[in-house]
Amino acid sequence: MQDERGATDEGQRAAVPSVGALFMGFLGVGLMGFGGVLAMARRMLVEDRRWLNPAEFTDLLALCQFLPGGNIMNLSVAVGLRFRGWRGALAAIAGLVAVPCVIVVGLGVVYDRYAENPRVANIFAGLAAAAAGLLIAASIKIAEPLRRKPASAVMALVCFVAIAVFRFPLLPTMVVLAPLSVLVAWRFKS
Amino acid sequence: MSGATLFTLAAIFAQLSLLAFGGANAVVSEMQRQVVEVEQWMSASDFIALFALAQTAPGPNLMIATLIGWRVAALPGAIVAQIALILPSSLLTAVTYTIWSRFRGARWRRFVQAGLISLTAGLIAAGAALVARTAATDAILVAITAAVTALHLWTRLHPLWLLGIGAACGLVGFV
Repeated sequence: MQDERGATDEGQRAAVPSVGALFMGFLGVGLMGFGGVLAMARRMLVEDRRWLNPAEFTDLLALCQFLPGGNIMNLSVAVGLRFRGWRGALAAIAGLVAVPCVIVVGLGVVYDRYAENPRVANIFAGLAAAAAGLLIAASIKIAEPLRRKPASAVMALVCFVAIAVFRFPLLPTMVVLAPLSVLVAWRFKS
Repeated sequence: MSGATLFTLAAIFAQLSLLAFGGANAVVSEMQRQVVEVEQWMSASDFIALFALAQTAPGPNLMIATLIGWRVAALPGAIVAQIALILPSSLLTAVTYTIWSRFRGARWRRFVQAGLISLTAGLIAAGAALVARTAATDAILVAITAAVTALHLWTRLHPLWLLGIGAACGLVGFV
């Protein structure tokens, strides 16, 4: 087992992190990452602990964004795997979700207990309206670059209609639309 | 809670794990369909409240799975939902990681990624439409949704502040 701090003092890359260090590193990310978890992960991995250089981080992130699932979850798995195999992957993702899990279950307890209270119900109504606003803003941000790609925008619209209007199940929708959308991206490449 | 419920939870979230191109926000609509419409585990407004609640927690935004699991089947449900959501995409990541260097630079990867991003945009918009339709049910709630949308797009205010503002409007009886 290496010391958690490894060789960071020499200003170069740190030593290979231990399984425990992977857990602790991602524990911090899960704890701090309100809103921008990815930004926190980058700071931890590249600047604070120096397990990865910027190019390595960008490469791993590209892999994680290519795959389904939370980017940050995929990233923790890939980083853990890179340094300590499957034990490292397990430690990294366990660290990432440990604190958020406890907090979320705590919130669930509060909800179960007080959701019937009319005053609290009002708070939740306001909270949900705000969460809807965040989601609308997120969808505008991700749709914005499609303005210059009409074929991709049409695919996005078809997907929206299938899910939001027709309420088709997601699995068959993706099985049909994913190959089609990749084909469109290839055929209308810009 | 029964074993069958836990199995159904696991099946739903394992499937969502592999379909979540673009993270949790892309699968909100499908999650609602399964949890509210197919299984009828909770009302649409309960689901939206839990979704909003999960946004206030730190960490990955897929924590909504744990909260739904908790609501449906207490602690075993929370654990099963969380593991079901993590395991399939993590295994896929692990497998892809080992062969990544072979196709990292391939041209087809760019088209696959571009194609998937279009669908992610459609999926997140569908989730937003669903949450907004359920949550913004009167003039004041619509105003909160519109204000938060604008503030999130045009200011750098932290999302937690925006959620807090919405909750505070509810608390002081505006809603």
